[in-house]
Amino acid sequence: MSANALSASALSASALTASARGANAWSANAGAGLRMPPLAISDFSVVTSLGPGRARTLAALREGRSGLAPCTFDAVPFPAYAGEIPELDNSPLEGELAAFDCRNHRLAALALREDGFADAVADARDRHGPARIGIFLGTSTSGLQQTEIAYRNRDPKTGLLPPGFDYARTQNTYSLARFVRSACDLAGPAFVVSNACAATAKVFASAARMIEVGVCDAAVVGGVDTLCATTLYGFHALGLVAVEPCRPFDVERCGISIGEAGGFFLLERPNDRHGPETVFFLGFGESSDAYHMSSPHPEGIGARLAMERALEAAGLEPAAIDYINLHGTGTPVGDAVEDRAVFDMFGDGTPCSSTKGFAGHTLGASGAVEAAFCALAIEHGFLPGSPHTRSIDPAFKSAYVSVGRAARIERAISNSFGFGGANCSLVLGRAA
Amino acid sequence: MMRLYVEGVGLCGPGLDGWGESAPVLAGERDYVPAPVRVPPAALLPANERRRAVQTVRLALAVGAEAFAAAGRDPSGTATVFASSGGDGENIHQILSVLASSTRELSPTRFHNSVHNTPAGYWSIATGSRAASSSLCCHDDSFAAGLLEAAVQASSAQQAVALVAYDVQYPAPLGDVRPIGAPFAVALVLAPEGTGTAIAGLELDLRPATDASDFGPPALEDLRRGTPAARSLPLLAALARKEAASLSLSYLGDMVLKLNVAPVRRDEPPSTAGSASGAS
Repeated sequence: MSANALSASALSASALTASARGANAWSANAGAGLRMPPLAISDFSVVTSLGPGRARTLAALREGRSGLAPCTFDAVPFPAYAGEIPELDNSPLEGELAAFDCRNHRLAALALREDGFADAVADARDRHGPARIGIFLGTSTSGLQQTEIAYRNRDPKTGLLPPGFDYARTQNTYSLARFVRSACDLAGPAFVVSNACAATAKVFASAARMIEVGVCDAAVVGGVDTLCATTLYGFHALGLVAVEPCRPFDVERCGISIGEAGGFFLLERPNDRHGPETVFFLGFGESSDAYHMSSPHPEGIGARLAMERALEAAGLEPAAIDYINLHGTGTPVGDAVEDRAVFDMFGDGTPCSSTKGFAGHTLGASGAVEAAFCALAIEHGFLPGSPHTRSIDPAFKSAYVSVGRAARIERAISNSFGFGGANCSLVLGRAA
Repeated sequence: MMRLYVEGVGLCGPGLDGWGESAPVLAGERDYVPAPVRVPPAALLPANERRRAVQTVRLALAVGAEAFAAAGRDPSGTATVFASSGGDGENIHQILSVLASSTRELSPTRFHNSVHNTPAGYWSIATGSRAASSSLCCHDDSFAAGLLEAAVQASSAQQAVALVAYDVQYPAPLGDVRPIGAPFAVALVLAPEGTGTAIAGLELDLRPATDASDFGPPALEDLRRGTPAARSLPLLAALARKEAASLSLSYLGDMVLKLNVAPVRRDEPPSTAGSASGAS
């Protein structure tokens, strides 16, 4: 344990000079630490604009078929593409969970039903007990769209929100985990991690730690993000929404296409129920940029730290990685920074791609969605390509895969980076 | 069962201007005098950012800085957990109001400040920290959830972790459906081993139960009930009294986070901190 003592007087703005932010910061690797005992992915589900479930997702990934389409959501007045899931418009939650009804939880319910995931959780509940399964989920939007609607329907005289608006079960950031805990009849520790677009990657880290120290024996991780006006207009205000479908790593890339998605994973310690086909969660690496709220560090220091820490936790060298699923949102700066970090660490021999051209940037859900894509790539032996990417930026040096192909993948790393300089990389793979 | 040490505390609440000033009040040695919250300027940020810093950022940075100063620990090398029941109510109200209007043109700054991890982002920028940082939400139980996550991180990695919990009010009309009491923030620097700055040992255990016994000082009970981050007050009172104490924080209605607090006496090496020794 390193404990560089710092006097109280040094805790002032004047002390935060280059030494704190420059070379010295490379030693600030708290959160790296120890080897992570591998966890088995006992089951997982994924729902994006590619269609609900693993089979449809797999088919689209193999065929290079994109789910992006001109954005019709909420009649946005600017040109944009989006990865929309239209069935969410007309599938309200009913019965005991009706009070949770909002776009985010409709998608959560769909993702729980898909691929028999809820059945797998029920089975785990019987084996471990409901209080021994943690629920650690991520979201950035939560059910904020429900509040957007409520604000448009304020009482013209009093300004009050319409009756029936349920803040705690829809907008509140925790409501997703509360919904899943209720829907799956679980009684273990729960919370939502909301570090922007790294949220659903970071929940894998929380689950690994919780299981390691014995707080729980299994965990449901992943999460959901859905389209809402705040993110569409917000990214538009930042000048980051592409007019055409996003083109990650393309020389003409000009921004993101927002998507909505949900994905859940059931993590357990390896046991005799897991066989040679099982994909394992092998390591995580988390870091902070210490640079800017909405722009990545120009040298990709935070991105590189996250990847290094993930490999350290997995006990792997860079050469052991067969595929890198990039964050690669399609912004000019973000892609350039990530290319640099990946090339610095892996050179030009490790295939990498961004899958944002398939389902868009699913924001808070992207960590879970892309972990699911990696799990499918490992299970079925293929490198996902990059729909809409036509000409790779000639300044880039990493081994970018535009067109998918069959390939044996034993281990993959997936990057998720978010506002606030939040970074998280996950390593998935076959048993070591 | 997890065993940790509290190395430093930061506090900002109504009539509670810092841990140093407030500890005698929490210990019952001085009367509590309610007063409007005075949030210090974000001294850690550069001047231009300091002027623009929103209330959640100023609260989080103030209590974080106080706790790290007391702990004598370098914030640039320490992992952090931030916990809030709902984030920046004023900012999201402004965004929602604009989106409900005919213009629908958002401020880019308002948008990137709308993420739940905004204070964590500014903390990282202000301290130069590239350590891991998680921003949690667990509605009314966000402090307990944050304490659990921080303790698990410290136990798992055997490294110090700082917890920063904060809550501010929503303006109307959201404030009508989600009333939150006075703004409140607390920070705890937790370490897996006792160092020279440790003030108390802390044992944590999560159990299925509904018998939480988390009452704080009577004069502060309205604050504890009104603001989720102030659910920390029973623990803070135990730390302030410098006496061994057992309490349990309500968590999700069907669990409790049981806490045993054992003070570290200044005239003894921290490794002899009674039942909460680091040996496990």
